[in-house]
Amino acid sequence: MIQKFGYADTELVKTKFPNEDILVRPKAIIECYQEIPCNPCETSCPFNAIMIGSDINHQPVIDYNLCTGCGACVYSCPGLAIMVAQLKQDRAYFKVPYELLPVPKKGDIWHAINRQGEVLCDAKIESVLQNSKTDRTVVITASVPKQYLFDFITVRNKV
Amino acid sequence: MRERDLIIVGGGPAGLSAAKVALESGCSVTLIERANDLGGQLVKQTHKFFGSKSEYAKTRGIDIATILIHDLEPYQDRLEILTNATVVAMYPDYVLSVYSGHDYIKFKANAIIIATGASEKFLVFENNDIPGIYGAGAIQTLMNQYGIMPGRDVVMVGSGNIGLIVSYQLIQAGVNVKAVLEAADHIGGYLVHASKLVRLGVPILTNTTVKRAHGTTKLEKVDTIQLDNHWKEIEGSEETIECDALCISVGLSPLHQLLSMAGVEMIYINELGGMIPKKDEDYETSMPHVYACGDVTGIEEASSAMVEGKIAGLMAAASLGKPHPEFDSRKEEYFHQLTNLRQGPCGIKIRKGLEQAGEMI
Repeated sequence: MIQKFGYADTELVKTKFPNEDILVRPKAIIECYQEIPCNPCETSCPFNAIMIGSDINHQPVIDYNLCTGCGACVYSCPGLAIMVAQLKQDRAYFKVPYELLPVPKKGDIWHAINRQGEVLCDAKIESVLQNSKTDRTVVITASVPKQYLFDFITVRNKV
Repeated sequence: MRERDLIIVGGGPAGLSAAKVALESGCSVTLIERANDLGGQLVKQTHKFFGSKSEYAKTRGIDIATILIHDLEPYQDRLEILTNATVVAMYPDYVLSVYSGHDYIKFKANAIIIATGASEKFLVFENNDIPGIYGAGAIQTLMNQYGIMPGRDVVMVGSGNIGLIVSYQLIQAGVNVKAVLEAADHIGGYLVHASKLVRLGVPILTNTTVKRAHGTTKLEKVDTIQLDNHWKEIEGSEETIECDALCISVGLSPLHQLLSMAGVEMIYINELGGMIPKKDEDYETSMPHVYACGDVTGIEEASSAMVEGKIAGLMAAASLGKPHPEFDSRKEEYFHQLTNLRQGPCGIKIRKGLEQAGEMI
Protein backbone atom coordinates (compact mmCIF):
# COMPACT_ATOMS: atom_id res chain seq x y z
CA MET A 1 0.00 0.00 0.00
CA ILE A 2 2.54 2.61 1.13
CA GLN A 3 5.03 1.25 -1.45
CA LYS A 4 2.43 1.81 -4.19
CA PHE A 5 0.73 5.05 -3.17
CA GLY A 6 3.23 6.72 -0.87
CA TYR A 7 1.06 7.15 2.21
CA ALA A 8 0.42 5.06 5.28
CA ASP A 9 -3.17 3.89 5.90
CA THR A 10 -4.75 4.39 9.31
CA GLU A 11 -4.02 0.83 10.41
CA LEU A 12 -0.30 1.33 9.77
CA VAL A 13 -0.32 4.81 11.32
CA LYS A 14 -1.85 3.43 14.53
CA THR A 15 1.09 1.03 14.96
CA LYS A 16 3.29 4.11 15.53
CA PHE A 17 1.07 5.67 18.21
CA PRO A 18 1.20 4.88 21.94
CA ASN A 19 -1.98 4.37 23.95
CA GLU A 20 -4.11 7.47 24.19
CA ASP A 21 -3.56 7.82 27.96
CA ILE A 22 0.16 8.35 27.28
CA LEU A 23 -0.72 11.25 24.99
CA VAL A 24 -1.92 13.44 27.84
CA ARG A 25 1.69 14.54 27.61
CA PRO A 26 3.29 15.44 24.27
CA LYS A 27 5.07 12.49 22.62
CA ALA A 28 6.98 12.03 19.37
CA ILE A 29 5.32 9.88 16.71
CA ILE A 30 7.93 8.42 14.37
CA GLU A 31 6.55 7.35 11.01
CA CYS A 32 9.61 5.57 9.70
CA TYR A 33 8.21 2.59 7.79
CA GLN A 34 11.35 1.54 5.96
CA GLU A 35 14.88 0.57 6.88
CA ILE A 36 17.00 3.37 5.45
CA PRO A 37 20.54 4.37 6.48
CA CYS A 38 19.71 7.32 8.72
CA ASN A 39 19.93 8.20 12.41
CA PRO A 40 19.60 11.96 13.15
CA CYS A 41 16.49 11.29 15.29
CA GLU A 42 18.58 9.19 17.64
CA THR A 43 21.52 11.59 17.82
CA SER A 44 19.35 14.72 18.15
CA CYS A 45 17.26 13.50 21.09
CA PRO A 46 18.45 15.27 24.26
CA PHE A 47 16.82 12.59 26.43
CA ASN A 48 18.15 9.46 24.68
CA ALA A 49 14.57 8.39 24.11
CA ILE A 50 15.12 7.22 20.52
CA MET A 51 17.13 4.09 19.84
CA ILE A 52 18.52 2.98 16.47
CA GLY A 53 21.86 1.43 17.38
CA SER A 54 25.09 0.86 15.52
CA ASP A 55 23.38 -0.36 12.33
CA ILE A 56 21.88 2.92 11.17
CA ASN A 57 19.50 1.06 8.85
CA HIS A 58 17.45 -0.11 11.84
CA GLN A 59 14.13 1.62 12.35
CA PRO A 60 13.94 3.90 15.39
CA VAL A 61 12.34 2.65 18.60
CA ILE A 62 11.06 5.26 21.03
CA ASP A 63 10.92 4.98 24.80
CA TYR A 64 7.83 6.94 25.85
CA ASN A 65 9.03 7.06 29.46
CA LEU A 66 11.95 9.21 28.34
CA CYS A 67 10.33 11.24 25.51
CA THR A 68 9.27 14.72 26.67
CA GLY A 69 7.78 15.77 23.33
CA CYS A 70 10.37 18.54 23.04
CA GLY A 71 10.31 18.31 19.23
CA ALA A 72 14.07 18.26 18.55
CA CYS A 73 13.55 15.16 16.39
CA VAL A 74 10.74 16.87 14.46
CA TYR A 75 13.09 19.30 12.74
CA SER A 76 16.06 16.91 12.73
CA CYS A 77 14.39 14.14 10.70
CA PRO A 78 15.48 14.62 7.05
CA GLY A 79 12.39 12.69 5.96
CA LEU A 80 9.95 15.01 7.77
CA ALA A 81 8.56 11.78 9.22
CA ILE A 82 8.28 12.78 12.88
CA MET A 83 5.61 14.81 14.66
CA VAL A 84 4.71 15.36 18.29
CA ALA A 85 1.13 14.61 19.34
CA GLN A 86 -0.78 15.45 22.51
CA LEU A 87 -4.44 15.18 23.58
CA LYS A 88 -5.95 17.99 25.66
CA GLN A 89 -9.69 17.87 26.38
CA ASP A 90 -11.45 17.56 23.04
CA ARG A 91 -8.51 18.59 20.86
CA ALA A 92 -5.36 17.01 19.48
CA TYR A 93 -2.21 19.17 19.38
CA PHE A 94 0.59 18.50 16.94
CA LYS A 95 4.07 19.82 16.30
CA VAL A 96 4.81 19.26 12.62
CA PRO A 97 7.72 20.22 10.34
CA TYR A 98 6.92 22.71 7.56
CA GLU A 99 9.15 23.84 4.69
CA LEU A 100 6.91 25.92 2.40
CA LEU A 101 6.10 29.60 2.05
CA PRO A 102 4.22 31.44 3.32
CA VAL A 103 4.73 30.44 6.93
CA PRO A 104 1.54 30.65 9.02
CA LYS A 105 1.25 32.96 12.01
CA LYS A 106 0.05 32.16 15.50
CA GLY A 107 -3.75 32.35 15.61
CA ASP A 108 -4.25 31.69 11.87
CA ILE A 109 -6.82 29.16 10.79
CA TRP A 110 -5.44 26.92 8.03
CA HIS A 111 -6.65 23.68 6.48
CA ALA A 112 -5.79 20.49 8.36
CA ILE A 113 -4.50 17.93 5.85
CA ASN A 114 -4.37 14.14 5.94
CA ARG A 115 -1.66 11.80 4.63
CA GLN A 116 -3.32 11.63 1.20
CA GLY A 117 -3.23 15.41 0.88
CA GLU A 118 -6.97 15.88 1.47
CA VAL A 119 -8.52 18.63 3.57
CA LEU A 120 -9.82 17.27 6.90
CA CYS A 121 -11.10 20.30 8.78
CA ASP A 122 -9.80 23.60 10.14
CA ALA A 123 -6.50 23.66 12.01
CA LYS A 124 -5.70 26.37 14.52
CA ILE A 125 -2.09 27.52 14.42
CA GLU A 126 -1.03 27.59 18.08
CA SER A 127 2.62 28.58 17.64
CA VAL A 128 5.41 28.77 15.09
CA LEU A 129 9.04 27.93 15.91
CA GLN A 130 11.90 28.89 13.64
CA ASN A 131 15.50 29.38 14.75
CA SER A 132 19.05 28.44 13.87
CA LYS A 133 18.60 24.96 15.36
CA THR A 134 15.62 24.16 13.16
CA ASP A 135 17.74 25.14 10.13
CA ARG A 136 15.03 26.61 7.89
CA THR A 137 12.53 23.92 8.81
CA VAL A 138 9.64 25.58 10.65
CA VAL A 139 7.99 23.67 13.48
CA ILE A 140 4.29 24.48 13.58
CA THR A 141 2.09 23.65 16.54
CA ALA A 142 -1.49 23.20 15.33
CA SER A 143 -4.64 21.85 16.94
CA VAL A 144 -7.59 19.96 15.46
CA PRO A 145 -10.60 18.16 16.97
CA LYS A 146 -9.47 15.00 18.79
CA GLN A 147 -11.23 12.71 16.31
CA TYR A 148 -8.52 13.49 13.72
CA LEU A 149 -5.67 12.19 15.90
CA PHE A 150 -4.70 9.46 13.42
CA ASP A 151 -5.50 11.48 10.29
CA PHE A 152 -3.80 14.85 10.69
CA ILE A 153 -0.34 15.22 9.15
CA THR A 154 0.16 18.85 8.06
CA VAL A 155 -1.44 22.23 7.43
CA ARG A 156 -2.19 24.07 4.19
CA ASN A 157 -2.83 27.72 3.51
CA LYS A 158 -6.52 28.38 2.74
CA VAL A 159 -5.81 30.87 -0.06
CA MET B 1 53.66 19.94 -19.32
CA ARG B 2 52.70 20.68 -15.74
CA GLU B 3 53.91 17.95 -13.41
CA ARG B 4 51.91 17.28 -10.26
CA ASP B 5 51.88 14.84 -7.37
CA LEU B 6 48.18 14.02 -7.06
CA ILE B 7 45.46 15.18 -9.43
CA ILE B 8 41.81 14.78 -8.49
CA VAL B 9 39.31 15.03 -11.33
CA GLY B 10 35.93 16.26 -10.09
CA GLY B 11 35.11 18.64 -7.23
CA GLY B 12 31.89 17.04 -6.02
CA PRO B 13 31.35 15.26 -2.69
CA ALA B 14 33.77 12.42 -3.59
CA GLY B 15 36.53 14.62 -5.01
CA LEU B 16 36.39 17.17 -2.17
CA SER B 17 36.46 14.41 0.46
CA ALA B 18 39.40 12.75 -1.29
CA ALA B 19 41.24 16.08 -1.43
CA LYS B 20 40.83 16.67 2.29
CA VAL B 21 42.23 13.30 3.34
CA ALA B 22 45.09 13.45 0.82
CA LEU B 23 46.01 16.94 2.07
CA GLU B 24 45.86 15.79 5.68
CA SER B 25 48.27 13.02 4.67
CA GLY B 26 50.76 15.58 3.38
CA CYS B 27 50.21 15.35 -0.38
CA SER B 28 50.15 18.27 -2.79
CA VAL B 29 46.81 18.20 -4.55
CA THR B 30 45.51 19.62 -7.83
CA LEU B 31 41.72 19.55 -7.94
CA ILE B 32 40.15 20.03 -11.37
CA GLU B 33 36.45 20.89 -11.72
CA ARG B 34 34.62 21.64 -14.95
CA ALA B 35 31.91 23.77 -13.34
CA ASN B 36 32.26 27.32 -12.10
CA ASP B 37 31.87 26.25 -8.47
CA LEU B 38 33.06 23.35 -6.37
CA GLY B 39 30.50 21.08 -4.72
CA GLY B 40 29.13 19.10 -7.64
CA GLN B 41 25.47 18.20 -7.27
CA LEU B 42 25.55 19.17 -3.58
CA VAL B 43 25.11 22.84 -4.47
CA LYS B 44 21.61 22.07 -5.80
CA GLN B 45 20.47 19.97 -2.86
CA THR B 46 18.35 22.11 -0.56
CA HIS B 47 17.06 19.18 1.52
CA LYS B 48 18.47 17.76 4.74
CA PHE B 49 20.61 14.68 4.17
CA PHE B 50 20.19 11.14 5.46
CA GLY B 51 22.99 9.01 6.89
CA SER B 52 24.84 9.49 10.15
CA LYS B 53 26.85 12.33 11.67
CA SER B 54 30.04 11.39 9.81
CA GLU B 55 28.21 12.01 6.50
CA TYR B 56 26.68 15.26 7.78
CA ALA B 57 23.17 13.81 8.25
CA LYS B 58 20.42 16.40 8.83
CA THR B 59 22.59 19.07 7.19
CA ARG B 60 21.31 20.47 3.89
CA GLY B 61 23.30 19.42 0.82
CA ILE B 62 24.17 22.98 -0.11
CA ASP B 63 25.64 23.52 3.37
CA ILE B 64 27.60 20.26 3.14
CA ALA B 65 29.25 21.66 -0.01
CA THR B 66 30.29 24.75 1.97
CA ILE B 67 31.68 22.59 4.79
CA LEU B 68 33.68 20.38 2.41
CA ILE B 69 35.15 23.41 0.60
CA HIS B 70 35.90 25.17 3.90
CA ASP B 71 37.69 22.02 5.16
CA LEU B 72 40.34 22.51 2.46
CA GLU B 73 41.23 26.07 3.51
CA PRO B 74 44.02 25.19 5.99
CA TYR B 75 45.96 23.55 3.14
CA GLN B 76 46.06 26.45 0.64
CA ASP B 77 49.85 26.17 0.28
CA ARG B 78 49.65 22.62 -1.07
CA LEU B 79 46.31 22.89 -2.88
CA GLU B 80 45.75 24.04 -6.45
CA ILE B 81 42.13 24.38 -7.57
CA LEU B 82 41.12 24.75 -11.21
CA THR B 83 37.46 25.53 -11.90
CA ASN B 84 35.87 26.03 -15.31
CA ALA B 85 38.43 23.43 -16.35
CA THR B 86 37.36 20.22 -18.08
CA VAL B 87 39.60 17.18 -18.24
CA VAL B 88 38.96 16.10 -21.82
CA ALA B 89 41.50 13.30 -22.10
CA MET B 90 43.43 10.86 -19.95
CA TYR B 91 46.29 8.76 -21.33
CA PRO B 92 48.06 5.60 -20.11
CA ASP B 93 51.21 7.65 -19.36
CA TYR B 94 49.34 9.64 -16.66
CA VAL B 95 48.92 12.68 -18.88
CA LEU B 96 45.69 14.62 -18.62
CA SER B 97 44.55 17.18 -21.16
CA VAL B 98 42.59 19.99 -19.54
CA TYR B 99 40.44 22.46 -21.46
CA SER B 100 40.54 25.76 -19.59
CA GLY B 101 40.30 29.38 -20.73
CA HIS B 102 40.15 28.38 -24.44
CA ASP B 103 43.40 26.47 -24.07
CA TYR B 104 44.36 22.84 -23.73
CA ILE B 105 46.80 22.40 -20.85
CA LYS B 106 48.73 19.17 -20.33
CA PHE B 107 49.21 17.83 -16.83
CA LYS B 108 51.17 14.79 -15.74
CA ALA B 109 50.53 13.23 -12.35
CA ASN B 110 52.16 10.66 -10.10
CA ALA B 111 48.69 9.59 -8.94
CA ILE B 112 45.17 10.35 -10.15
CA ILE B 113 41.81 10.12 -8.43
CA ILE B 114 38.83 10.02 -10.80
CA ALA B 115 35.70 11.42 -9.13
CA THR B 116 33.77 12.50 -12.21
CA GLY B 117 30.33 11.48 -10.95
CA ALA B 118 27.51 10.56 -13.26
CA SER B 119 25.29 11.77 -16.06
CA GLU B 120 21.55 11.39 -16.42
CA LYS B 121 19.83 8.69 -18.42
CA PHE B 122 17.16 9.80 -20.83
CA LEU B 123 13.93 8.20 -21.95
CA VAL B 124 12.71 7.35 -25.44
CA PHE B 125 9.15 8.42 -26.29
CA GLU B 126 7.37 10.28 -29.06
CA ASN B 127 8.34 13.98 -29.26
CA ASN B 128 10.85 13.75 -26.40
CA ASP B 129 12.76 16.72 -27.86
CA ILE B 130 10.10 19.41 -27.39
CA PRO B 131 11.31 22.42 -25.36
CA GLY B 132 10.04 22.01 -21.81
CA ILE B 133 11.28 18.44 -21.44
CA TYR B 134 14.17 18.45 -18.99
CA GLY B 135 16.41 16.13 -17.06
CA ALA B 136 16.07 16.45 -13.28
CA GLY B 137 19.59 17.89 -13.01
CA ALA B 138 18.73 20.72 -15.42
CA ILE B 139 15.57 21.52 -13.47
CA GLN B 140 17.62 21.71 -10.27
CA THR B 141 20.28 23.88 -11.90
CA LEU B 142 17.72 26.33 -13.27
CA MET B 143 15.66 26.43 -10.11
CA ASN B 144 18.19 26.16 -7.28
CA GLN B 145 21.31 27.71 -8.78
CA TYR B 146 19.92 30.36 -11.10
CA GLY B 147 16.49 31.01 -9.56
CA ILE B 148 14.62 30.36 -12.80
CA MET B 149 11.23 28.67 -12.72
CA PRO B 150 11.39 25.78 -15.21
CA GLY B 151 7.62 25.73 -15.74
CA ARG B 152 4.28 26.21 -14.00
CA ASP B 153 2.83 22.73 -14.26
CA VAL B 154 5.32 19.88 -14.15
CA VAL B 155 4.95 16.14 -14.62
CA MET B 156 7.79 14.10 -13.09
CA VAL B 157 8.85 10.80 -14.65
CA GLY B 158 10.55 8.52 -12.11
CA SER B 159 9.99 8.03 -8.39
CA GLY B 160 13.55 7.37 -7.32
CA ASN B 161 15.00 9.65 -4.64
CA ILE B 162 15.97 12.28 -7.22
CA GLY B 163 12.49 12.37 -8.78
CA LEU B 164 10.84 12.62 -5.38
CA ILE B 165 13.25 15.23 -4.02
CA VAL B 166 13.12 17.41 -7.14
CA SER B 167 9.30 17.25 -7.07
CA TYR B 168 9.35 18.48 -3.48
CA GLN B 169 11.80 21.26 -4.38
CA LEU B 170 9.56 22.30 -7.28
CA ILE B 171 6.62 22.68 -4.89
CA GLN B 172 8.83 24.68 -2.53
CA ALA B 173 9.63 26.96 -5.48
CA GLY B 174 5.91 27.50 -6.11
CA VAL B 175 5.60 25.14 -9.09
CA ASN B 176 2.59 22.86 -9.43
CA VAL B 177 3.63 19.18 -9.65
CA LYS B 178 0.72 17.44 -11.35
CA ALA B 179 1.88 13.85 -10.92
CA VAL B 180 4.89 11.61 -10.44
CA LEU B 181 4.92 8.71 -12.92
CA GLU B 182 6.62 5.43 -12.02
CA ALA B 183 6.83 2.55 -14.50
CA ALA B 184 7.43 -0.06 -11.77
CA ASP B 185 4.65 -1.29 -9.48
CA HIS B 186 6.18 0.41 -6.44
CA ILE B 187 7.87 3.66 -5.48
CA GLY B 188 11.62 3.59 -6.11
CA GLY B 189 12.91 6.13 -3.59
CA TYR B 190 12.63 6.41 0.17
CA LEU B 191 9.03 6.21 1.34
CA VAL B 192 9.48 9.24 3.60
CA HIS B 193 10.24 11.35 0.50
CA ALA B 194 7.12 9.95 -1.19
CA SER B 195 4.93 10.65 1.84
CA LYS B 196 6.18 14.27 1.93
CA LEU B 197 4.83 14.73 -1.61
CA VAL B 198 1.57 12.84 -1.27
CA ARG B 199 0.54 14.92 1.74
CA LEU B 200 1.05 18.02 -0.42
CA GLY B 201 -1.50 16.61 -2.85
CA VAL B 202 0.82 15.12 -5.50
CA PRO B 203 -0.39 11.75 -6.82
CA ILE B 204 2.27 9.10 -7.42
CA LEU B 205 1.08 6.93 -10.32
CA THR B 206 2.83 3.55 -10.24
CA ASN B 207 2.69 1.17 -13.25
CA THR B 208 2.52 4.32 -15.38
CA THR B 209 4.90 5.97 -17.83
CA VAL B 210 4.94 8.72 -20.44
CA LYS B 211 3.76 7.63 -23.90
CA ARG B 212 4.16 10.82 -25.94
CA ALA B 213 4.49 14.56 -25.62
CA HIS B 214 2.42 17.16 -27.47
CA GLY B 215 3.32 20.67 -28.53
CA THR B 216 5.06 22.46 -31.37
CA THR B 217 7.23 25.26 -30.05
CA LYS B 218 6.84 24.19 -26.42
CA LEU B 219 5.38 21.37 -24.36
CA GLU B 220 1.59 21.58 -23.95
CA LYS B 221 0.56 18.18 -22.64
CA VAL B 222 1.72 14.58 -22.24
CA ASP B 223 -0.06 11.26 -22.71
CA THR B 224 0.57 8.69 -20.03
CA ILE B 225 -0.02 4.97 -20.31
CA GLN B 226 -0.32 2.23 -17.71
CA LEU B 227 2.03 -0.74 -17.72
CA ASP B 228 1.37 -4.24 -16.44
CA ASN B 229 3.87 -5.97 -14.16
CA HIS B 230 5.78 -7.22 -17.22
CA TRP B 231 6.29 -3.63 -18.42
CA LYS B 232 3.76 -4.11 -21.26
CA GLU B 233 1.49 -1.22 -22.16
CA ILE B 234 -2.15 -1.71 -21.22
CA GLU B 235 -4.32 -0.83 -24.21
CA GLY B 236 -6.89 1.87 -23.64
CA SER B 237 -5.19 3.13 -20.46
CA GLU B 238 -3.86 6.34 -21.97
CA GLU B 239 -4.60 9.59 -20.18
CA THR B 240 -3.63 13.16 -20.96
CA ILE B 241 -2.08 15.60 -18.48
CA GLU B 242 -1.71 19.26 -19.38
CA CYS B 243 1.71 20.58 -18.43
CA ASP B 244 4.40 22.96 -19.65
CA ALA B 245 7.33 20.97 -18.29
CA LEU B 246 8.20 17.30 -18.08
CA CYS B 247 11.06 16.24 -15.84
CA ILE B 248 12.89 13.00 -16.63
CA SER B 249 14.44 11.31 -13.62
CA VAL B 250 15.05 7.72 -14.62
CA GLY B 251 18.50 7.07 -13.26
CA LEU B 252 22.16 7.91 -13.72
CA SER B 253 25.15 6.44 -15.54
CA PRO B 254 28.74 6.64 -14.28
CA LEU B 255 30.90 9.17 -16.18
CA HIS B 256 33.52 6.56 -17.00
CA GLN B 257 34.92 7.97 -20.24
CA LEU B 258 38.31 9.18 -18.94
CA LEU B 259 39.01 5.82 -17.32
CA SER B 260 37.92 3.94 -20.46
CA MET B 261 40.10 6.17 -22.61
CA ALA B 262 43.19 5.53 -20.47
CA GLY B 263 42.68 1.79 -20.90
CA VAL B 264 41.61 1.04 -17.35
CA GLU B 265 39.88 -2.33 -17.11
CA MET B 266 36.12 -1.72 -17.08
CA ILE B 267 33.05 -3.85 -16.40
CA TYR B 268 29.35 -3.29 -17.18
CA ILE B 269 27.17 -3.66 -14.09
CA ASN B 270 23.51 -2.87 -14.62
CA GLU B 271 22.83 -2.52 -10.88
CA LEU B 272 25.51 0.17 -10.59
CA GLY B 273 24.27 2.17 -13.58
CA GLY B 274 26.58 1.05 -16.42
CA MET B 275 30.31 0.91 -17.12
CA ILE B 276 32.47 1.10 -14.00
CA PRO B 277 36.20 0.63 -13.42
CA LYS B 278 37.31 -2.62 -11.85
CA LYS B 279 39.10 -1.74 -8.65
CA ASP B 280 40.83 -3.62 -5.87
CA GLU B 281 39.96 -3.44 -2.20
CA ASP B 282 42.12 -0.33 -1.86
CA TYR B 283 40.09 1.52 -4.54
CA GLU B 284 42.96 1.29 -7.03
CA THR B 285 41.97 0.63 -10.64
CA SER B 286 43.87 -1.70 -13.00
CA MET B 287 46.19 1.28 -13.71
CA PRO B 288 48.62 1.63 -10.79
CA HIS B 289 48.23 4.87 -8.77
CA VAL B 290 44.85 5.58 -10.43
CA TYR B 291 41.93 5.54 -8.01
CA ALA B 292 38.20 6.03 -8.50
CA CYS B 293 35.47 7.02 -6.06
CA GLY B 294 31.88 8.25 -5.94
CA ASP B 295 29.24 7.71 -8.62
CA VAL B 296 31.83 6.94 -11.32
CA THR B 297 32.37 3.63 -9.51
CA GLY B 298 28.64 2.89 -9.33
CA ILE B 299 25.55 5.00 -8.66
CA GLU B 300 24.86 5.54 -4.97
CA GLU B 301 23.97 8.36 -2.60
CA ALA B 302 26.18 11.40 -1.89
CA SER B 303 26.82 10.02 1.60
CA SER B 304 28.59 6.95 0.14
CA ALA B 305 30.42 9.17 -2.37
CA MET B 306 31.93 11.19 0.49
CA VAL B 307 33.12 8.07 2.31
CA GLU B 308 34.50 6.57 -0.90
CA GLY B 309 36.32 9.84 -1.54
CA LYS B 310 37.97 9.63 1.88
CA ILE B 311 39.08 6.08 1.13
CA ALA B 312 40.50 7.04 -2.27
CA GLY B 313 42.32 10.03 -0.76
CA LEU B 314 43.76 7.87 1.99
CA MET B 315 44.94 5.15 -0.41
CA ALA B 316 46.30 7.50 -3.09
CA ALA B 317 48.36 9.35 -0.47
CA ALA B 318 49.77 6.09 0.85
CA SER B 319 50.68 5.00 -2.67
CA LEU B 320 52.68 8.22 -3.03
CA GLY B 321 54.65 7.34 0.10
CA LYS B 322 52.71 9.74 2.31
CA PRO B 323 50.53 7.56 4.50
CA HIS B 324 48.07 9.43 6.72
CA PRO B 325 49.32 9.60 10.35
CA GLU B 326 46.18 7.69 11.38
CA PHE B 327 46.13 5.46 8.30
CA ASP B 328 45.06 2.21 9.97
CA SER B 329 42.31 3.63 12.14
CA ARG B 330 40.98 5.84 9.33
CA LYS B 331 40.89 2.92 6.91
CA GLU B 332 38.94 0.80 9.36
CA GLU B 333 36.58 3.69 10.18
CA TYR B 334 35.82 4.56 6.55
CA PHE B 335 35.16 0.99 5.48
CA HIS B 336 32.93 0.53 8.50
CA GLN B 337 30.96 3.66 7.55
CA LEU B 338 30.56 2.44 3.97
CA THR B 339 29.38 -0.99 5.06
CA ASN B 340 26.92 0.63 7.44
CA LEU B 341 25.42 2.82 4.69
CA ARG B 342 25.03 -0.15 2.35
CA GLN B 343 23.96 -2.95 4.65
CA GLY B 344 20.22 -2.28 4.87
CA PRO B 345 17.49 -3.37 2.47
CA CYS B 346 18.01 -0.16 0.42
CA GLY B 347 21.56 -1.33 -0.28
CA ILE B 348 20.58 -4.69 -1.80
CA LYS B 349 20.96 -3.52 -5.40
CA ILE B 350 24.34 -1.94 -4.67
CA ARG B 351 25.60 -5.02 -2.83
CA LYS B 352 24.46 -7.22 -5.73
CA GLY B 353 26.24 -4.96 -8.22
CA LEU B 354 29.46 -4.85 -6.20
CA GLU B 355 29.44 -8.61 -5.90
CA GLN B 356 29.13 -8.95 -9.69
CA ALA B 357 32.02 -6.52 -10.08
CA GLY B 358 34.07 -8.85 -7.93
CA GLU B 359 34.13 -6.53 -4.94
CA MET B 360 33.23 -7.80 -1.52
CA ILE B 361 31.93 -5.49 1.14
